Amino acid sequence: MNITRPEVEDFLYHEADLLDDWRLEEWRDLFTEDARYYVPATDNPGGDPDLDLALISDTKEGIRGRVQRLMSTYAHIENPRSLTRRVIGNVRVRTEPGADGMPEAVATCAAIVYRSRVAGTTTYAARLTYRLRPDGDGFRIVEKKTVLDHETLRDSGGVLSIII
Amino acid sequence: MTVLPETERIPPRTTRYVRDERSPNAFLVHRSAFVDDDVLDRERTAIFERCWIYVGHESEIPNPNDFVARAVAGRPVLFCRDGDGRVRVWFNACTHRGAEVCRERRGNHRRFRCFYHSWSFATDGRLVSMPDEDAYPEGFDKAAHNLRGPARVEAYRGFVFCNLRAGAEPLEEYLAGATYYLDLTADQSAAGMAVTPGSHEYSIKANWKLLAENSSDGYHAIPVHKTYLDVQRSRGDQIAGNTSSDWKRSHAYDLGNGHTVTVKEAPWGRPIARWKPSMGEATRPVVEASYQRLVETHGAERAAEIANLDFNMLIFPNLVINNIMAVIIRTFYPLRPGLLHVNAWSLAPAEETPEARRVRNESFLSFLGPAGLATPDDNEALESCHRGYASDPGAGWSDVSRGMDKPDPPNYDELQMRTFWRRWDDLVEGEA
Repeated sequence: MNITRPEVEDFLYHEADLLDDWRLEEWRDLFTEDARYYVPATDNPGGDPDLDLALISDTKEGIRGRVQRLMSTYAHIENPRSLTRRVIGNVRVRTEPGADGMPEAVATCAAIVYRSRVAGTTTYAARLTYRLRPDGDGFRIVEKKTVLDHETLRDSGGVLSIII
Repeated sequence: MTVLPETERIPPRTTRYVRDERSPNAFLVHRSAFVDDDVLDRERTAIFERCWIYVGHESEIPNPNDFVARAVAGRPVLFCRDGDGRVRVWFNACTHRGAEVCRERRGNHRRFRCFYHSWSFATDGRLVSMPDEDAYPEGFDKAAHNLRGPARVEAYRGFVFCNLRAGAEPLEEYLAGATYYLDLTADQSAAGMAVTPGSHEYSIKANWKLLAENSSDGYHAIPVHKTYLDVQRSRGDQIAGNTSSDWKRSHAYDLGNGHTVTVKEAPWGRPIARWKPSMGEATRPVVEASYQRLVETHGAERAAEIANLDFNMLIFPNLVINNIMAVIIRTFYPLRPGLLHVNAWSLAPAEETPEARRVRNESFLSFLGPAGLATPDDNEALESCHRGYASDPGAGWSDVSRGMDKPDPPNYDELQMRTFWRRWDDLVEGEA
């Protein structure tokens, strides 16, 4: 059984809307209990997120904490919240057996994220790689890896306080 | 340790930028120190061209001819080992016309070859060759065209610093009391501490001295980092959410030459050996094994100090070593009065197991870094201060007086910042 690109695209557009709408609890619930969410350091994009220093290396517990924080009015850098709009494109999908032998989708795509706040408007560009497990009419995210196309974070808002 | 409060042991001063006053006690910093271009011009010469400045850690360049390219105090440099393994620092500019002799971030090369006219330099700085060498005039001295670099490069326990002045005091003398805390950090490992691959390179639209203050400011931790503390508490850690209960055994010390440290036992876990429920039950034996290793190497008393003492240290002017929920090396430099660049690294025992490294990285990233649960809010606080300065230009004074009449103020008072400011004022006003 092959997973089709339109099925995956629909899911990625849904995820993008959740993030732009700050519906982060729903975004969190897209992830499986064994999920990981990685963003490698800008100077070490191919590094091992367990052994090297990444920007983000979250387990599901880490994702819960990140969302709990970002939804709080005490997440000062995101209060008021950034306005964001992301465009997802260049989606490619292949089907691979998962750990349990059932088919999973390995999807790659490009993301351009505009982020506007009091300090100014900045842009992030990234290549995203997902491992997606079919679940009902959609998918659950087993792994999401965001590789930023930036030499440093200096020209793109200074920090990475939103989710890409 | 300090018997007398600052108000009794330090003479008062009133300068353009600093009012350190008695009767009534006050410590005020004029906000023009954060925003004026001429202050930054003065800092470049009086501070950054005078002091020992952190370059990198020896573990970043383990082999002969390894190099890392980075900016140190705003200057592009090559931090490298020469063919004989000696640590070197070169200005990354060709002695011919000035182009960079290396445009890679890191690697291993026997030669740095400038792409503009193909002049080639050995890693020990010697100009080795250039095309059509015969065309240079009689008397052309190749040796006078070797790579240039800071006058002095010295290391302490793997931490490499440079100084532009040939006549500078030795590094160890400059570091003064900071060596005790560098030793506590280096002694976490029998095999040697090593910088973990992957660095955090970010920026803040604020004055660099705000980060010098913020990096050891215990007073801001509860209001600014409430979301981090709430997340740790929801994972089972005992966190009261008020300063005097959450910081135990807390003190702040003047280490000499403007260096300061705050020490305490903080409410978070430490991967080197203080397990907390937020780290997950499965990690407990990993952390306990790290502690056991320290006891075997150093004995119980020293192991307890290495394992449990949280400290935030500022080595004047722009190096922070915070030995907290992980060890962070952080250095920063102003590009403008209102913009600073930050480079930060994680320092870990080289012999750490993959499982222990995973625990460390999770602990580090739970708080630290430009995508951590705490650091971005520090950035926002600093940027907010800088925006606020514009509201009353030339008139505002910042208050830094907390604890100035106490003999032994804790980390959530401000002795550490006053120590920084007094040294800064001595140098900027030319009295040192």
